Amino acid sequence: MIEVKNLKKTFGNNEVLKDISVTINPQEVVVVIGPSGSGKSTFLRCLNLLETINGGHVWIEGKDITDKNTDINKIRTEVGMVFQQFNLFPHKKVIENIMLAPVKVRKVSPEKAREKGLELLRKVGLADKAEAYPDSLSGGQKQRVAIARALAMEPKIMLFDEPTSALDPEMVGEVLEVMKQLAKEGMTMVVVTHEMGFAKEVGDRVLFMDGGVIVEEGNPKEIFENPQEERTKAFLSKVL
Amino acid sequence: MDIRWDLLAEYAPFFVKGTLLTIGLSVCSILLGTIFGLFIGLGKMAQNKLISLPFNIYITFFRGTPLLVQILLVHFGLVPLIWGETNGILAAIIALSLNSAAYVAEIFRAGIQSIDKGQMEAARSLGMNHVQAMRYVILPQAFKRMIPPLGNEFIVLIKDSSLAAIIAAKELMYWGQAMQGQYYRVWEPYLTAALIYLVLTFSLSLLLSRLERRLAVQ
Ligand SMILES: Nc1ncnc2c1ncn2[C@@H]1O[C@H](COP(=O)(O)OP(=O)(O)OP(=O)(O)O)[C@@H](O)[C@H]1O
Ligand SMILES: [Mg+2]
Repeated sequence: MIEVKNLKKTFGNNEVLKDISVTINPQEVVVVIGPSGSGKSTFLRCLNLLETINGGHVWIEGKDITDKNTDINKIRTEVGMVFQQFNLFPHKKVIENIMLAPVKVRKVSPEKAREKGLELLRKVGLADKAEAYPDSLSGGQKQRVAIARALAMEPKIMLFDEPTSALDPEMVGEVLEVMKQLAKEGMTMVVVTHEMGFAKEVGDRVLFMDGGVIVEEGNPKEIFENPQEERTKAFLSKVL
Repeated sequence: MDIRWDLLAEYAPFFVKGTLLTIGLSVCSILLGTIFGLFIGLGKMAQNKLISLPFNIYITFFRGTPLLVQILLVHFGLVPLIWGETNGILAAIIALSLNSAAYVAEIFRAGIQSIDKGQMEAARSLGMNHVQAMRYVILPQAFKRMIPPLGNEFIVLIKDSSLAAIIAAKELMYWGQAMQGQYYRVWEPYLTAALIYLVLTFSLSLLLSRLERRLAVQ
C-alpha cells in the first residue's frame, strides 16, 4: 500500500510535481500515462526516494519515507523497480545479477539465493540463461532478467518505468506477459507506460498526468472511452 | 660514431645497479601513488565542497607544476624538514608518489563517473547502501576502465623517475650521466639508458595489454 499526500518535487526553479495526492491499494495495478515531461518518471522515483522529495509525505506500507528516521534501504527492499534501460550489472552473470542483493542485503545464503534465482528465471522463461552475461541477451530477455532481479528481494510493491519503451516491437509482448502474470498473482504495481492495450487489460486504475499534476484518474474504461478533461482527450487522441 | 664497447663493459655493473634502483623507485612510487591517489580521488568526489576543496587544490598543484620543481622541493625542503637530513632515494619516492597520486586520483574519479548512473540507481533500488553499491557494482566496472589510463600513468612514472638523477639518487640515469662525465662519451651512456628504459616500459605495456585482454573476456 502506498499513500501519497501533497507530494512536491522541484529541480531548481522547475516545479515538476505539484501537490500530488493518491492512494494505491494492496494488489492494485495502477497505470500512469501522460505526455513527455509531465513528471511520470519523477513521480515513480519519488516513491522509492531515488529523487529527494521537497514537500508532502509518502507512506509505504505505513512508514513515512520522508521521515529522516526511516531506514530507506529497508524500504527499498520492499519496493522493486524496473527501469526503461534495464540497468543490469554487465560484469555479473544473469544469476549473479539476481543473487547479489538477496545475499548482500538480505543475508540469504548463496545456495538459497541461487535456488530462488533459478526459480525466478524459470518463471520469466529464461532458465537456460542463468550463466550468460547480460550483454549476450536481447532487450526483451534483459528486461525479464531485470524483473526477476527485482522480484528476488520479494518486494510488496513493484514500480515499472516504461519497461518496454527501449524494446524492439517484437519483444514488447514477452515482457508484458511477465507483468500480466505478476498482476494476476496479486502484486501491487505502479506502471508508467505508453502501452494502452496493457493499461486497458491489466490496469485497475489509470492516472493521467500532465504538468506535474494528476489531471484525471479512473478505471481504464472510463478514462479511455469517456475522458472528462480536455487535456486527457487531447492526449488520448494522439496516442490511441 | 664508433662505439667504445670496452667502456660499456666497464660500466655494465653500474647500469645493472641503476636499473634495479629505477625499478625499485618505480614500483614503490606506483604502489604508494595508487593507494594515495584512490584516497585523493574519493576526497575530491565528496559532495561537501569544503571537504573536496583541499583535494582539488592538491590535484591542481601537482598537475600544474613541473615534476622537477616538486622533486627539488621534496629533496631540499620536505625531507630535511621531517627527518633533519635529506636522502635522494627517499625524496624521489615521495615526490614521484605524490605526483602520480594526483593523476591516479583523476583517473579514479573519471573511471567511476564513466559508469552509467543507472547502475547506482539499480543497486540502490535493490536496497543496497552506498558502500555496497560502490563495492559490488560500481568499482568492479570502473576498475576495468581504469586499467588503460593507469597503465599509461605507470609508464610515464618509469620515465619520469629519471629526474631523480638530479638529486643524486643512483638510478639508471644517474649512472648514464656519471659515465658521460667521466669519459666525455655521449652515445654509449645515453643510448644504453634509453634502451633500458624502452625495455622496461615496453614490458610493462605488454603486461598491461595482456591483463586487459584477460579482463575483457570475463
Ligand atoms: N535530474 C533532473 N534534473 C533536472 N530536471 C529534471 C531531472 N529529471 C527530470 N527533470 C525534469 O522534470 C520534468 C519531468 O521529467 P520526467 O522525466 O518525470 O517526465 P516523464 O513524464 O517521465 O517524461 P517521459 O515520458 O519523457 O519519460 C521534465 O521537465 C524534466 O526536464
Ligand atoms: Mg519518464
